[in-house]
Amino acid sequence: MTGVLPVALEDATKTIQVLLEAGKEYVCLMKLHSDVPEDRVREVLAEFQGKIYQRPPARASVKRRVRIRKVYYLDVLEIEGRNVLFRIGCQAGTYIRKICHDVGEVLGCGAHMQELRRTRSGPFTEDEKSVTLHDVVYLHSKWQETGELEYLRRFILPMEKTLEITPKIYVRDSAVDALCHGAHLTAPGVVSLEAGITNGSTVALFTLKGEAISLATATASTKEILEMNHGIVARNNRVLMPRGTYPRMWRSKTSST
Amino acid sequence: MPRIPAPWTVKRKILVKSESETDPSFGYKPEERPYPDLVRFGVINLDKPPGPSSHEVAAWVRRILGVKHAGHGGTLEA
Repeated sequence: MTGVLPVALEDATKTIQVLLEAGKEYVCLMKLHSDVPEDRVREVLAEFQGKIYQRPPARASVKRRVRIRKVYYLDVLEIEGRNVLFRIGCQAGTYIRKICHDVGEVLGCGAHMQELRRTRSGPFTEDEKSVTLHDVVYLHSKWQETGELEYLRRFILPMEKTLEITPKIYVRDSAVDALCHGAHLTAPGVVSLEAGITNGSTVALFTLKGEAISLATATASTKEILEMNHGIVARNNRVLMPRGTYPRMWRSKTSST
Repeated sequence: MPRIPAPWTVKRKILVKSESETDPSFGYKPEERPYPDLVRFGVINLDKPPGPSSHEVAAWVRRILGVKHAGHGGTLEA
């Protein structure tokens, strides 16, 4: 199978969890095992949009119990005889091979997945600065030859790209280093934040320059955070920024003079 | 079945709680990170070729770039 496979380097590997949980988009070629009227195929595929029940296939990396998965869209691109090409946007952990199989069951003719290409993983898409392994080898050697950082920037994106669709809270400079040391975010540190955050949301804490500081869990909603004067608004889960990137503006209780 | 919007289509407004400015002497805008930080905090939007496993592809990237760690975000079966 081919397509979008984001590869995180060094410290950016800490952001991988976000991608594992992110929605995906695929283009799939499904093969029907006998002739079925086109309208019937479209009708059945449309039923696989929304919340679907899915038992992970035999060769799966999770426990094989029926789970609910969200299918955001399933658009037929082309039908030619027994070949059905469709684009599907779905929640992480949706097995497309299984969808093909299940579509075949509903149609009564049987079907299997012939080919699959991932066209999106969270914020990463196939047309946006996607590179092949050949590009990586070429651009990396050009950088070694010339020392021009432009060659590296052509294929190495900032890890903040991974967090593009994660709700964010922007914090003031003076709160950054405490967060890097694992402190939780309190209301006075918040400069701005995205709408739609709820208690329990996974959020990314960002500097005003747009750098990722950490991944956290919000303990209040956007509306509540806007009104709070003190108290914790987000609990740190994963610190991404090294300590000392921003100056230490906080005092520890034991060493205060 | 009611349609569920894909997470990447959701637009969220940014709401301001208080005004503040950032000191340019600390940190960098992500797209201006110098070397080697641009690698250390970097991610590659790789188009996986058919054949090798996702794990093998990540290992190749690690070797090509000479980095210690490289991990892929979500297995794409070989």
